[in-house]
Amino acid sequence: MTPVKKREAYTVSKVRVATTSLAGCFGCHMSFLDMDERIVGLLEHVEFSRSPINDIKHCEPCDIGLIEGALCNADNVHVLKEFRENCKIVIAVGACAINGGVPAMRNHFTLQECLEEAFLDEIGVDNPHIPNDVEIPLLLSKVHPIHEVVKVDYYLPGCPPSADAFLKILTDLLEGKEPSLPKEMLHYD
Amino acid sequence: MNKTIKIDGVEIPFKEGQTIMDAALAADIYIPHLCHKPGLSPHGSCKLCTVDVNGRAASSCTMPAAEGQEIENDTPALNEVRKTITQMLFIEGNHLCPSCEKTGDCTLQAIGYHLGMLDGHFPQFYPRREVDASHPTLVLDRDRCIMCELCVRASRECDGKNVFAISGRGTKRHLIVNSPTGRLADSDIELDDLAAHICPVGAILIKDHGYEVPIGRRTFDLHSVAETDLDEVILTKARHHDEGDDSGEKEGGVYGV
Amino acid sequence: MNPKPSEHLLHALHAHQQQHRFVSDQAICDIASRLNLPRAQVEAVTEFYSFFHRNPRGRFDLLFSTCTSCGDLSLQQALCEKLGINAGETRGDGLVSIGEASCIGMCDHGASLLINGLPLHSLDSERIGKIAELIEAETALEAWPAEWFKIDDHIHRADLLLQEPLESGAALRVVEAEGADAALEKIRFSDLRGRGGAGFSTAQKWQFCREAEGESRYVICNADEGEPGTFKDRVLLTSYADAVFEGMALCARIINAKQGYIYLRGEYRYLLESLEAALATRREVGLLGSSILGIDGFDFDIAIVVGAGAYICGEESALIESLEEKCGNPRIRPPFPVTSGYMGKPTVVNNVETLAAAAGIVIHGERWFRGAGTWQSRGTKILSVSGDCAKPGIYEYPFGITIQDILNQCGAENTQAVQIGGPSGSLIGPSKFDHHIAFEDLATGGSFMIFDSSRDLLEIIHNFTNFFAHESCGFCTPCRVGTTLLKNGMDKVCSGHGTAHDLDELKATAALVSRRSHCGLGVTAPNPIRDGLKHFPELFEARLLHQEMEPEFNLDASLEEARQLTHRDDAEAHL
Repeated sequence: MTPVKKREAYTVSKVRVATTSLAGCFGCHMSFLDMDERIVGLLEHVEFSRSPINDIKHCEPCDIGLIEGALCNADNVHVLKEFRENCKIVIAVGACAINGGVPAMRNHFTLQECLEEAFLDEIGVDNPHIPNDVEIPLLLSKVHPIHEVVKVDYYLPGCPPSADAFLKILTDLLEGKEPSLPKEMLHYD
Repeated sequence: MNKTIKIDGVEIPFKEGQTIMDAALAADIYIPHLCHKPGLSPHGSCKLCTVDVNGRAASSCTMPAAEGQEIENDTPALNEVRKTITQMLFIEGNHLCPSCEKTGDCTLQAIGYHLGMLDGHFPQFYPRREVDASHPTLVLDRDRCIMCELCVRASRECDGKNVFAISGRGTKRHLIVNSPTGRLADSDIELDDLAAHICPVGAILIKDHGYEVPIGRRTFDLHSVAETDLDEVILTKARHHDEGDDSGEKEGGVYGV
Repeated sequence: MNPKPSEHLLHALHAHQQQHRFVSDQAICDIASRLNLPRAQVEAVTEFYSFFHRNPRGRFDLLFSTCTSCGDLSLQQALCEKLGINAGETRGDGLVSIGEASCIGMCDHGASLLINGLPLHSLDSERIGKIAELIEAETALEAWPAEWFKIDDHIHRADLLLQEPLESGAALRVVEAEGADAALEKIRFSDLRGRGGAGFSTAQKWQFCREAEGESRYVICNADEGEPGTFKDRVLLTSYADAVFEGMALCARIINAKQGYIYLRGEYRYLLESLEAALATRREVGLLGSSILGIDGFDFDIAIVVGAGAYICGEESALIESLEEKCGNPRIRPPFPVTSGYMGKPTVVNNVETLAAAAGIVIHGERWFRGAGTWQSRGTKILSVSGDCAKPGIYEYPFGITIQDILNQCGAENTQAVQIGGPSGSLIGPSKFDHHIAFEDLATGGSFMIFDSSRDLLEIIHNFTNFFAHESCGFCTPCRVGTTLLKNGMDKVCSGHGTAHDLDELKATAALVSRRSHCGLGVTAPNPIRDGLKHFPELFEARLLHQEMEPEFNLDASLEEARQLTHRDDAEAHL
């Protein structure tokens, strides 16, 4: 992997980072923000493109894309592809992006079972019908991790990964190093 | 004259009848393993303990130690192979750690940590497997079963029962229960059985005791699997010590059986 | 015999299924209690073997061979359409079910299937049409054209073993005259090596077993000829069975065994009746049973156990597990069967052909055998030649014959590749046709499959890869998961969705499975892919997409279920 930026280049231009959550809980984003005041130091070297943090809707050409969440519908696939096309480095962040995580628990059931349970059979359902508005993205028959659809450059496991882990992997990349997680930061839960 | 083998250049003694794994653990050398448990008959199915013996691949838990063996164990290449095998185990089942009570106490997960596994690498199989929650105090979640057959052997060899078996072939292999209905509730398993506690993953869990130890303070949050597996041997040694042999010296930990 | 043939679990399950067309939960409980086995063991065995079914099969139960030589799944599809049924299913009225079986050993008879366990061959679209009519008319199989079921030997070249049948009892009389030690020495001097493919010294195996500690010993004839493209044991057991029995009795006399077993693959169940009759004849003339040849203390008998569709049971320790009424999982080795085999007792497991050869050697002397073949591979080898040639069938050649000579003699033209030794063997192209059939060059258990230039070789490799994924017992992780990963990878490449990255993945997985698996199945399962990539890389490359990555699943197809449930088909409903 080619280094993103050499350290001496920091002041010239900032590294552009985009983030998104596909089928996820935004917990990884919350954990990212748990780096608290350290984010100020990070912002000296980093600027954010599309991210829930700034509400930019589309991913512009970026250096790093952080992707949380699994693929569960057509919209997730579009967003993921947009990230892959625009980001030099794609990082799968968290259990859902890496192996489907909690959203993948619906893979125990057929899509029909899921939709019928939610929209037809559930107690208290008013006007039972399966929503078919064209604005609503269709669900994939199974939830998938993102590396099954695009090439992923790095993986940051955890549910969520700790703020320290985020900082470590980003710092490594900013310093032009191959990112690595120390053993104590490696966990799947 | 003591007979010896060499593991990664270190000469260690062995006794006739010992496997490479037996000799290594006795010498405090960790060889990653999942389907092996000292005291139960060797199985050789998970293949995590694969080593190169004089250049040839062998499972250290089943290969008898023999004079003249030069064994490669803790090498980058072998650990890469083991990582791939661990990834295979992860993707063939439904190992969703955040939703599993065993997280932090799971040996499969701990092996993943030990080998620096970050992802499953392969496409997920996402099999649909049955959960058996019929038993009042135990639950059998086949999604997490890795076919190590520790429960099968523990039931047969230690509990004197025959509660579990593996059925089916290839990726259709699955754990079954030896009861008239095939349900755990109708088997003769008891909470005190070793088979109820030996599962290295979250396939067999004890009900009503979930999350008593908070995540972050569980076995593998605090220790590496190399430490716990080597300590387990020390525990076994200590037990022998209780039975009259006075060579044991170290106190055991809280993990293992 | 321990247990009695009728009480063997595999036989009990077969008998039950014959009557009820499947094995129900209740049947599992009943059989378990009748045979005094754990219920879970009966369930596990039922689900391990392909020929046992947990759901009712049709009164006509058809299994099409998936073999590249004796299978043609387009004919399966044609029959499915005629009968209004999907492959793998039983029709609603319970009349018929259609499924698949791995190679059924009919490779010299064209496309074939098993119908209620019987091989039916020479399938073409005309015959498929007639089959559909006979099934719809519920015509009993006995009234179907007899020639559809008539199986020929197709022996096109006979040498030492196939030239003339041995005289019954001749080898045993030689042993009686010259002594067991001398007989073993003859076999040693003949340099006979196992004909299953691995080539272990037969004399050494017998010697080890003879010297192993134990009160009882066993001789097992491995007639689980499952390697696709192999059918020479079918012919030996059809027309030379007595020579095989003679070899077993000879071995028994030398190692001092009282009991022998023939483990017959389920696909050859139709041979059972004639084999039992031949055994009965030997008992009548004093060549089996108590005091053979009137010799006090020479007691030996043979029982036949029939398998039920599991290639892995050709592996000797898996075969022994199966004989012991368990799933066919290969054992940990060491200990080897010669010291700890059937029921933990010293056991010789030999191939059908090896046993027949041993009998011949003792009768005719070691020179008879040593005179043929090469320095490291003495004697002859019976080959099952199939695929794209004018004269498929049985060819017995002295070891050392070149591939090209065989191709010439069987009438093969425009040969693109030959698979030597079946899918677990080697795939070679014309540049290696000057190589020899021999342990030191191209070893084979007997399979010789020819593919001419009209064949899609990548699909052949795909077929073989599917075969191993289907037949892996699943005991060890690398083979259980790895063979399925290889299958999925080949699915992707063959469907035109593979990339260079996918080939790299295939290579890496193939290497790991081959090196780290528990038994020979896993070790050899990646051979077709590895040989293909080595000798025919252009076939793979021609099928690749030139992009960095292609999804692992079809994105648009993954939305199909949702499209149906929402009745949507707008632009946003596609990927």
